[in-house]
Amino acid sequence: MVNIEDYIARIEETCGEEKHFIVFLKHEKKDEALAKILKRAQIERSISSVIFELNFRGVPLRAYVSGKILVRNLKDKNALLGILSELLQ
Amino acid sequence: MFEPHKIKEDFPILKRKINGHSLVYFDNAATSQKPIQVIETVREFYEKHNANVHRAIHTLSQEATELYERAHEEVARFINARGMEEIIFVRGATEAVNLIAYSYGLRNLGQGDEVLVSLMEHHSNIVPWEVTSKIKGFKVRYIDVKSDGTLDYESLEQTISEKTKIVSITHVSNVTGVINDIKRIAKIAHEHGALLVVDGAQSVPHMPVDVKDLDADFLVFSGHKMLAPTGIGVLYGKIDLLKEMEPFQGGGEMIREVSFNPAMGHCNISWNDLPWKFEAGTPDIGGGIGLMAAVRYLRGLGMDDVYRHECDLTGYALKRMQELKKIKIYGPLEIKGKCGIIPFNMEGFDSHDVALFLDSYGIMIRSGYHCAQPLHQRLNIPSSARVSFYIYNTRDEIDRFIEVLKELEQL
Repeated sequence: MVNIEDYIARIEETCGEEKHFIVFLKHEKKDEALAKILKRAQIERSISSVIFELNFRGVPLRAYVSGKILVRNLKDKNALLGILSELLQ
Repeated sequence: MFEPHKIKEDFPILKRKINGHSLVYFDNAATSQKPIQVIETVREFYEKHNANVHRAIHTLSQEATELYERAHEEVARFINARGMEEIIFVRGATEAVNLIAYSYGLRNLGQGDEVLVSLMEHHSNIVPWEVTSKIKGFKVRYIDVKSDGTLDYESLEQTISEKTKIVSITHVSNVTGVINDIKRIAKIAHEHGALLVVDGAQSVPHMPVDVKDLDADFLVFSGHKMLAPTGIGVLYGKIDLLKEMEPFQGGGEMIREVSFNPAMGHCNISWNDLPWKFEAGTPDIGGGIGLMAAVRYLRGLGMDDVYRHECDLTGYALKRMQELKKIKIYGPLEIKGKCGIIPFNMEGFDSHDVALFLDSYGIMIRSGYHCAQPLHQRLNIPSSARVSFYIYNTRDEIDRFIEVLKELEQL
């Protein structure tokens, strides 16, 4: 079982009407984490290898090579943690 | 001559690379970067003069006190207050509004009274009034904003009445950059016997502000948005009002005497002179001295030139942003009556996507409500991306910003 805290520095709920989450990956682990995520999620498109539009079990994500991931349309933080556990396996 | 490329050299942080790109800092409405002159002044204070103020008779305390008092005097001159008695150092604009709401509001407002704020206020000029209204039973009423983000002056005329005791309004919107006509609002407020509180957090750092000319009864602003350290801000108040007001917080420094009366079993307390009556406890001495250095730096540039430079950048950015096909810009599209802040959204992306994408290229902007949810609701925007400029920004940086947005458009 992966410990997602090894990869994640911080999670923030976005400010605005849309309630999304932004996952900040630990700088030293971001490349490893992104590689895992890109392997498990479905890549829908990418631009300049800077941003990857992904889908994981119907949940839309946008992963940035800077180490930040925007996750949309989730019920709550527990749902997010569940998805991250699977993605970072 | 105003030379932003040369000014930029004074800011060590702007030499950084972020994600492999030169840093472009467009989040100045949130906080500004600090020039070496401010950083060195604060460092020199801690290295050479650090001591508590107004407490001791030793040399270091004397030096610290002189610097701290001079900081009040220089800030007073910067906004053309009559003297340091009218300048209270606080943590920031938020604390300053709270000071007015609690110190003035709790004693002078009650059932049947009204405080007017506008729908374009930062939360810091809404929440303190809403909170104290629950304690004292007065009503907070909202002046409307037009769909272009400008203040609805007709709504002000319709909302104000003899019940209005305070009009508390921002000088410049932190979302749209719209500049409110404070002299006009002051005249309307005073004709109705109301006091005027002006949130200068987005104006004092960016344009000449003269409290006498504006006829503001109170003006609040934050040091960190004008090159100074975080944790220092200013409440300006007309001296007659400040004299009448009771302190906000109690403690050391703000008292003249605390004498125990054995017969009564309590202490008789008298207040210190202004401005110290409102500065309880050991203040942020280093921050205050840093604010003085920031004020000196800005005065050296000239506030008229600072404003002209930001108008030039804003006009240029507005023109270039309109080249984009998927952009929606909020607020006025002309520089007239507007300061260096531009909110926008990109079709197909939410504001956070835009901010994250730009961040990947080393361009720092803000996304979300910008602590102004009622304005977003009024303009029917779920959230917005925001660029905001300052003295060290350049047209070249705006060109880079546009190029990255063009790339985003292709996604």
